[in-house]
Amino acid sequence: MTDAASTTVWRKRTTSRELAMWAGWLVLVAFFVFCWQVMTQTTIWAFVTDAPQQAADIGSRMVPPRWEYIPHLIKPMWDTLNIATLGTLLAIVMAVPVAFLAARNTSPSVRFVRPLALLIIVSSRSINSLIWALLLVAIIGPGVLAGIVAIALRSIGFVAKLLYEAIEEIDASQVEAVTATGASRSQVVDYAVVPQILPAFAGITVFRWDINIRESTVLGLVGAGGLGLRLQESMNTLAWPQVTVIFLLILVTVLLSEWVSARVRHAII
Amino acid sequence: MLRLNDLTKVYATGDRALSGVTFTVEPGQVVGLIGPSGAGKSTLIRCVNRLIEPTSGQVFLGDIDVTKLSRRGLRQVRRRIGMIFQEYALVERLTVMENVLSGRLGYVGFWRSFFRRFPPEAVEKAYRLLDRVGLSDQVDKRADALSGGQRQRVGIARALEQDPDLLLVDEPTASLDPKTSRQIMRLIVEICDESGLPAIINIHDVALAQQFVRRIIGLQAGVVVFDGNPADLDAEVLTRIYGEEDWSATIRKADDEESGDAGDDVLPKTSDPVSEVIDRERLAGLT
Repeated sequence: MTDAASTTVWRKRTTSRELAMWAGWLVLVAFFVFCWQVMTQTTIWAFVTDAPQQAADIGSRMVPPRWEYIPHLIKPMWDTLNIATLGTLLAIVMAVPVAFLAARNTSPSVRFVRPLALLIIVSSRSINSLIWALLLVAIIGPGVLAGIVAIALRSIGFVAKLLYEAIEEIDASQVEAVTATGASRSQVVDYAVVPQILPAFAGITVFRWDINIRESTVLGLVGAGGLGLRLQESMNTLAWPQVTVIFLLILVTVLLSEWVSARVRHAII
Repeated sequence: MLRLNDLTKVYATGDRALSGVTFTVEPGQVVGLIGPSGAGKSTLIRCVNRLIEPTSGQVFLGDIDVTKLSRRGLRQVRRRIGMIFQEYALVERLTVMENVLSGRLGYVGFWRSFFRRFPPEAVEKAYRLLDRVGLSDQVDKRADALSGGQRQRVGIARALEQDPDLLLVDEPTASLDPKTSRQIMRLIVEICDESGLPAIINIHDVALAQQFVRRIIGLQAGVVVFDGNPADLDAEVLTRIYGEEDWSATIRKADDEESGDAGDDVLPKTSDPVSEVIDRERLAGLT
């Protein structure tokens, strides 16, 4: 019995495979060390060693926060919320049709329409909303509108991608059953597809809204309105106590939006 | 009523699911379609309402050749064909009532159906059907809150809400326990008898088919190899349909406790207990 146990050795990989794997790890570590050297070639180490003092210096200037600044932030805060919310709504209006065109099982033409819809999704996703805002401020001028459109353009891809994936994952038998009753295409979508993707849709929407609140706080940096505008002003004038107040406000807002979106998702699903 | 003529389906992968299937279903006749997995049972009934497009051959519903119909014509024919599914295929997140009323979609315009404003007759009929299948107290429950047997009852009510001229039933009992299976089969057959509704019932449980159906068609690799009375299903026929196996217990008497797939009290005959146990095991392994 003990003999049998000692001879029956089981290994997941053969010895040569095992060695190859370790060699692979070694190469990876060597590569990392090499990259680290290249990366730090231009680093001025005096600045780095200085960093703790610098941080402490800025930190000391940031406290106490200048609470009197809050009244000046109410309006930009409102703008930021509007940018995020309206931008999300605008994105949904455009993303839903794109998602249906992109999903294999609902697209009118998998060969021609679907690639087009995917192209819209990819191009929207590949550009950060800050860059969209930069472009749009140049095109439609600075202000809240540029922010809304920037948020919307970035969100289309996100919402449409997640939604079309949800559409592709639906249970086909329910679609089959409703089709078999003689329902029209639009009725099949209404009765068999929509009920199945509704929870995913709600989740995606609040999730994106939550992200958009965070993103819209910085859009002001490039002139697209909202809290970021005040942030830039304060940083340019080295008004660190004001920066602290803005940071805290952003923190509170994000916490609130997170709470709201968690509640909404819970309620719908 | 329904006539299939030389119906053939070859899938894009080259699999030949049906070859030259020809048979007629008379008005009021309930046909059991048996055969091993992959014999083409599901393909066959889906070719009738063209959920799957047949490659060649004709399907006549009355005088209409279903295979020649345009999209619009097809929708109108589909309204007349009720369908019941293996995994119920209810829309899980809709209520029982919405599921039943969806049987009426072919008759109602988009906006009416969108706002769930169905004609009073349709709603009345839905209530009547839910009462008939014993679910009148579950009307506003969501479909996913029901048990398997209850869901299949909703599926039956949805098919009947169409006021169909033909019922296509795809493995109605495959996901149900033996007792519920019998209840559901009995309900389907009763309803068909009440209104003289012809039906094709796909079923892989031979004993259950023998118990409830008066005509059986056996399908093997897409070809009809048997068409006749359930009483004529003998070992030779079953071997032709399913392949070599000891069929003695299946034909005479099956049990409903252990294998969970066999029918009860079908043509009870004496058989010695030892071979019965062996056959029971075989049957459980087979089905």
